[in-house]
Amino acid sequence: MTGPGPAPGPAAGPESGTLLEVDHLTVRLRVEGRSRPVLRDVSLRIGPGEAVGLVGESGSGKSMTARAIGRLLPEGAAAEGAIRFQGGDVAALTGSDLRRYRSQVAMIFQDPRAHINPVRRIGDFMTEALRTNLGVRPAEAARRAVEMLAQVGIEDGERRLRQYPHQLSGGLLQRVMIAAALLTGPRLLLADEPTTALDVTTQAEVMAILDDLRRELHLGMLFITHDLELAAAICDRTAVMYAGQIVEVRASARLHDDPLHPYTAALAAARPDITRVAPRLRAIPGRPLSAFEAPDGQCAFAPRCAYAQDACRETAPGMAELDGGLSRCLRASELRGKLAEPEAADA
Amino acid sequence: MLGRFLARRLAMLLASLLVASFVIFAALYAAPGNPVAALSGGRSLPAASLAVLEQRYHLNDPFFVQYWYWLSGALHGNLGISITLRENVSTLIASRIWTTAGLVAYASVLIVIFGIGLGVLSGLRRGLVDTGTLLLTAISAAIPGFVAAIVLILVFAVDLGWFPALGNGTGFVGNLQHLTLPAVALAISSLAIVARVTRAAVRTESGREHVQTAVSRGIPARLLIRRHVLRNAAIPITTITGITIASLIALDAVIETAFSLNGLGAYLVQAAESKDLAVVQGISLVLVTAFVVVNLIVDLLYAVLDPRVTLGSRAQ
Repeated sequence: MTGPGPAPGPAAGPESGTLLEVDHLTVRLRVEGRSRPVLRDVSLRIGPGEAVGLVGESGSGKSMTARAIGRLLPEGAAAEGAIRFQGGDVAALTGSDLRRYRSQVAMIFQDPRAHINPVRRIGDFMTEALRTNLGVRPAEAARRAVEMLAQVGIEDGERRLRQYPHQLSGGLLQRVMIAAALLTGPRLLLADEPTTALDVTTQAEVMAILDDLRRELHLGMLFITHDLELAAAICDRTAVMYAGQIVEVRASARLHDDPLHPYTAALAAARPDITRVAPRLRAIPGRPLSAFEAPDGQCAFAPRCAYAQDACRETAPGMAELDGGLSRCLRASELRGKLAEPEAADA
Repeated sequence: MLGRFLARRLAMLLASLLVASFVIFAALYAAPGNPVAALSGGRSLPAASLAVLEQRYHLNDPFFVQYWYWLSGALHGNLGISITLRENVSTLIASRIWTTAGLVAYASVLIVIFGIGLGVLSGLRRGLVDTGTLLLTAISAAIPGFVAAIVLILVFAVDLGWFPALGNGTGFVGNLQHLTLPAVALAISSLAIVARVTRAAVRTESGREHVQTAVSRGIPARLLIRRHVLRNAAIPITTITGITIASLIALDAVIETAFSLNGLGAYLVQAAESKDLAVVQGISLVLVTAFVVVNLIVDLLYAVLDPRVTLGSRAQ
């Protein structure tokens, strides 16, 4: 268990209102002259102060979703559907409105060493947005940066501001990234596997800092990870992605014990559990599909699904509501309660 | 730190000079022809005068003794006396060095302004500018200096009459006019290479993850390019520009000869032809020093531009 801190109970759930809304988002990229979908009909809602997890295997479209929200899609990408932030259409933003949006929506990237300019000082990196976009004087910006560094547990902030990225460890650098993201006073954090590149002990520390500060500052967060348990530990709700689609959205607390989609169950079972001795690790048969590989007109997970029936290979399931969650499975209600027992999948 | 670095580089410079002088000395010693023939202009000399010459220039001593005579002289600041002109080599070099320095400096300015300029432009903009630059640089990279010299003389000096074809000119403006065509001829292929490398560096740096971070924070494009793309691309660009400028020092002999410029390069060729050893050694000394100094400046700049590089540190 790398996720520290208490898992939020139902009482700590999201409040009303919507901070960010992703509405039927489909994104296509041009690859070798052909248009290929990377996201298919993704819908997601994040309330103010709510943490939503986005879980899936590599290539499932998690990062692409965050990039679409951050308006960072690669050149030549075509998006359908809408992304609304505090009610406003994100796609329509230009110039200073777009810059204001970007100071409201801060991104934390996976690999801080690659995502921080190596030839500029930590101080330059941290205060750049403050100085450039918000017109804060350099001395004041530096003071705020030192203060924020203290909040993420870096005490000798003034010395750190004068250092270069290569002089800091990965864990420190990721804290710097988090502090920098918080400096502009954002309302929403997009955290794209913020701890994947760190070693395990550092992971827990960084995760705890991120989680505490987010709660304290009452920020919405989209937390991207491939780790179902980690998402469950720090997020109110979790969305599971497969082949460019969201296949399940559910309160994190219930995701592990009461999944609504066979893929979620398989993902949970694939994670080794140190409290139980398993004869062998349970891998999901087959390999994960990219969105563009997924066949049309059938369930994308059907070829790997232990519960697939003929119907699953003949119709593409839509999102259906079930017990407060959403599932993209034809047999969701039928399989209810059977999925959490991974042994059943062996049959 | 800086002091130790410079001391080490100075030692390296001296070692380079020593090796270079020995190689040049040995090469000329082994080359066919003999200096007496150059001195006499091909006439046969009386045995007595021959003996005087041989004694004055130590021509009959063994190879290493001859080398030692030259080396100890050079260490005392005496580069020797030209066999053909019978003048002090230092004086001969001093009178020609500014032509060469001017030519190399002029060509370097052209390379920095147009090479880097074109590279940055085509690196940042796809489309017509980029395609045009690629085409242009592909062609000009393939043009050897002497071909460029002939074409430039033909078009701009003979046909259009905009620039003088030959000679050094007088006064600053005159010098500039006379050096323009040679500088273009000297710069043209190197300029293309610098433009290409610059373009590639700008492209690479634009695609870096940290640039995406800056985009995600809403940094305006103008600042993004300056602070994150060009600032980082400056590291490889400096390296290639430095190497290119250093290589001009070697290329310049051809261009000076083609334009009949009275510089060190052309003089080096003449001196080598007449086996005027003292002159060849003297000029080589100057050119090798210039080469090493340019490289030293590049190394210093490199450490300034990239904080990950510390001066004088060995690879860890």
